[in-house]
Parts: sequence; C-alpha cells; structure tokens
Amino acid sequence: MLTIESLSKRYPNGHLALTGIDLTVRPGEILGVVGGSGCGKSTLLRIVSGLEAATTGRVTLNGTAVTAPREEIGFVFQEPRLMPWLSVRDNVAFGIRHLPRAEQAARTEEALRRVGLIDFAGAWPRQLSGGMAQRAALARALVGRPSVMLLDEPFSALDALTRYDLQDHLLHLWSFERPTMILVTHDIEEALVLCDRIVVMQPGPGRVQTIATPPLSRPRDRADPLFEDWKHRLLGELSRSFRERHSGDEAFPAAAI
Amino acid sequence: MTIISAGGGAQDIAERPVRRGRLTGAVPTAFVGLIVPAVLALGWEAAVALGWSQGRLMPPPSRILATLWDLAQSGDLLVHVLATLWRVGAGFLFGVLAGTALGALTGYLTAARRLLDPTFQALRSIPSIAWVPLFILWFGIFETSKVILIAVGVFFPVYLATSGAIMGVDRKLVEVGRIFRLSGPQLVWRVLLPATLPAYLIALRTGLGLGWMFVVAAEFMGASEGLGFLLVDGQMTGQPQIILAAIVAFAVLGKLTDGLLAAASRPLLRWQDGFRPEG
Repeated sequence: MLTIESLSKRYPNGHLALTGIDLTVRPGEILGVVGGSGCGKSTLLRIVSGLEAATTGRVTLNGTAVTAPREEIGFVFQEPRLMPWLSVRDNVAFGIRHLPRAEQAARTEEALRRVGLIDFAGAWPRQLSGGMAQRAALARALVGRPSVMLLDEPFSALDALTRYDLQDHLLHLWSFERPTMILVTHDIEEALVLCDRIVVMQPGPGRVQTIATPPLSRPRDRADPLFEDWKHRLLGELSRSFRERHSGDEAFPAAAI
Repeated sequence: MTIISAGGGAQDIAERPVRRGRLTGAVPTAFVGLIVPAVLALGWEAAVALGWSQGRLMPPPSRILATLWDLAQSGDLLVHVLATLWRVGAGFLFGVLAGTALGALTGYLTAARRLLDPTFQALRSIPSIAWVPLFILWFGIFETSKVILIAVGVFFPVYLATSGAIMGVDRKLVEVGRIFRLSGPQLVWRVLLPATLPAYLIALRTGLGLGWMFVVAAEFMGASEGLGFLLVDGQMTGQPQIILAAIVAFAVLGKLTDGLLAAASRPLLRWQDGFRPEG
C-alpha cells in the first residue's frame, strides 16, 4: 500500500508547488493524475519516487517512509532517457547490475521479449524510433520487478497511433506482475483508458480537486458512450479548475474562459 | 537517426554505407590528405630546379629528404626521435593523469571547483616559455624539467575539457542513475565517464598536440639529443636543411601519434549519433 499524507512542497524560491496532498494507492491499482501545466503532477511523482524531498508530510510504502529512490519503485520519464553509449540490452539491464550475471541475462531477455524488442537487443538507442525507445525505457523500469511503477507523461512526446499502441502495451506489461502504478498525464483519454481512479489536480498551489472512479469495464472502449461521457465530465472538471485559477485575472477576461 | 523497420532486427542494422565523393573515388581515402603537401613540395622543388629560387635558406624537398636519409643512415635520426618520443610520452602521461584527476574533481565537486579552478585558470594563461627558467632552477637542466614542462602543456586542455564535460553531462541521465540508486563512484563510472568520453578523447588529442609544441621549448633547455636539439643544431651550424628535416620529422610524428589516438578512440564512440559529412 502506498500512502501519501499531508504532503506539501515549497521550493527555495518560495514557490508553493503542492499543498495538502492525501492519497492512498492500493496494491495493483492504476491511479491516474491529471491536471493542467504547473499543478504539481510531476513534482508529486518525483517526491513519491524519492528523487525530491517533501517540505511537509510523508510518503510511505508498506509502512516504510520513502525518502530516497528504492528498488521497489520503478520510474518511467517523459523521455526515454536511455544511455546512448549502451546497447538496448545493456540499457534494460542498467538497474539490475547487482544481480548474478545469469539472472541479469534471463530477466533482461524476458523484459525485452515482453516489450517486443528482443530482435533489437544489440542496437544502439540512436537506431530506435521514439516508440521503441520508450518501450526500452519501460523494460528498464520493469526488469527490476518493482511493486510500484511511476510514469511521468511517458507517451506525451509520441504521435497518436504510437501512443495508443503503447497504452495497450503498458496494460499488457502490467498484467504480468500487476504492480501499483501512478500515471501522470495531461491526456484525459489516456487516463480513462488505463486508470482505475483518476485524481484531478488544481494549480496554484497544486492540490487535489477531485478523485474520480469511472465505472468502466476493461478493456476500455474509446467509442463507448459511457467513456465519452466520463471524458466530458473530467474535461469539465479541468475547465472549472482553469476558471477558478484565472478568475479576476486581467489576461483571461471572464467571457474568454 | 536510422529508424529500424518493425519487420527487421538487429541483423538488419547496417552501418552507414561508405559513400565516395569525386575526390575520394579517384584516390584511396588515406592518401587524399597527402595531395596538398605533395603539390607544395613539388612546386618548391620545381621552383628551385628552374632557378626561380636559390634554395639556400629554403632548401628543396629533395635536399631535406637527403638530409633525413643521411641522419637515418647514421642512426642519429632514431636517437633524436626516440629521445623526443620518450619526453612527449612521459609528459603526456603525467599531464593526462593530473588533468583528468583534477578536472574530474573540480567538475564533480562544487567546493573543489570554487577552491581550485580560479588558480588553474590563472596559471593557464602563462606562456609556456615563461616556465623554462624557473623549471631549470627547480628541476635542473636534464630530463625532469623537460617532462614537467610538457606535462604542463598537456595538463590544461585535459583539465579544462574533463571539468567542463562533467558539468555539461545531461542532468536527466544523472537522474536515471539516481533512480537506480547508483553510489557516487558508480555514478562516475557508469554515467559521468561515458557521457564525457567524446569531449575527453578530443581533449587528449588537443593535449597531445600541445605536448608536441611544448617538447620544442623543453628541448631548447640544453638538450643534447632530440628533434628540438636538431633544430638548434641546424641554426647554430647554419644548415637550414637540418632545421627543415627536424620540422618534417615533427610533422610526421605528430600526425602519426594523433592518428593512432584517433584510431584508438573510434571504437569507443561507435554509439555517437553525430553529424557525418558525406562526399
């Protein structure tokens, strides 16, 4: 169980990025975090990963506080961030170098098979397309078999078709070990396709506006009227958050928002 | 970027085809670089043969080659070349070791950078020749002062490139290292060093070039052998063909050692997605 309690983050320049975040993520759950730019989605994820420290509050995983990156927590960044001097195979094995060689090789091969890159194990990252590179990054995060996976807008830089393909791929990968996942995205549709619950965040400072649990069966169908209905509801929530943020703002007259 | 088709595989990943331009198509690539010096040499040879120049102060290539041949036959050339090579090699080694260690330190630790970098930057602007009298006083006129002078020349480009390259490593890659809980030394070995390798290898080549420049100043310090000594000897005895023979030897050795370093670097940088001009 991953718990986030009374979390806030204030940067040294005084900017309050997050305030009063309380969330509990159940084992095996896929939690989506959506919101406009600057609402602290990525900051929240970085604190959960241990990359950044919270100003107040705490994150616990199965009762232990997370204060630094841990083996049980995998992270997929917005960009693949593959090491350009390592082959795809060595990139995937990057995080499991402490394991015996035979186990490293077996796990890496398994991860490469799962993401469909076994034929490209010897390739350099520069030889991969954007989608393939992001699949390699997914394999690298999953090869250590983390119980929690954090994904920070992992498909946002990809074209729509590749994004759909990788969303399906992510669900396929999740089905093996069923890790807890927190997916930060600005794409409502992506959150609806992938997530069990969706946290809508509000900016200025970043806080939880609402938590939605769309009653959609899996696999999710984008053409389902209920899917479409939920998409509009969540978009409505985001618009409300935008209006609240900019009410009285001269740059955004009321008629415009 | 080469995009691999989905139906392909590692076997299909071919290296870029070797494209030959008009110039390189006619002459083997390795010899293209010889065209300019050969044309200049032949032009000068012809100018002297046709009587346009006496060739007394600027002897023609045939006389320079004959001088080199004589020096080689007598065994003197080998003695001078080995003496110079030894000095450059030792100075390069010490300069690279010190430049790498201190460059890594100032690149990795902010406190070390604040403490040491201003001093190194000030020392860097001192002309090499200014060290000569001091080094002779401190280390004597024999090998130590010569090797140290060359090491000083090699040190600065290596130091500067190592320090700058470490500070320029993509923060995002360092973050990946942190996510996978790499310790400080592991981060240096597995992320920082490979990331800085392209800049570092260029710095080694620059350092080696400066090593060849500094060896001349070093061998002016009372050497009895070495190509620098040959330059002084040619001047003292009024034999410009000896000076030019030594200069040619410097050029050949400099090019050869740089070529060796470049060839040794190439397999380490196969992963780079850099610009490769065609034709």
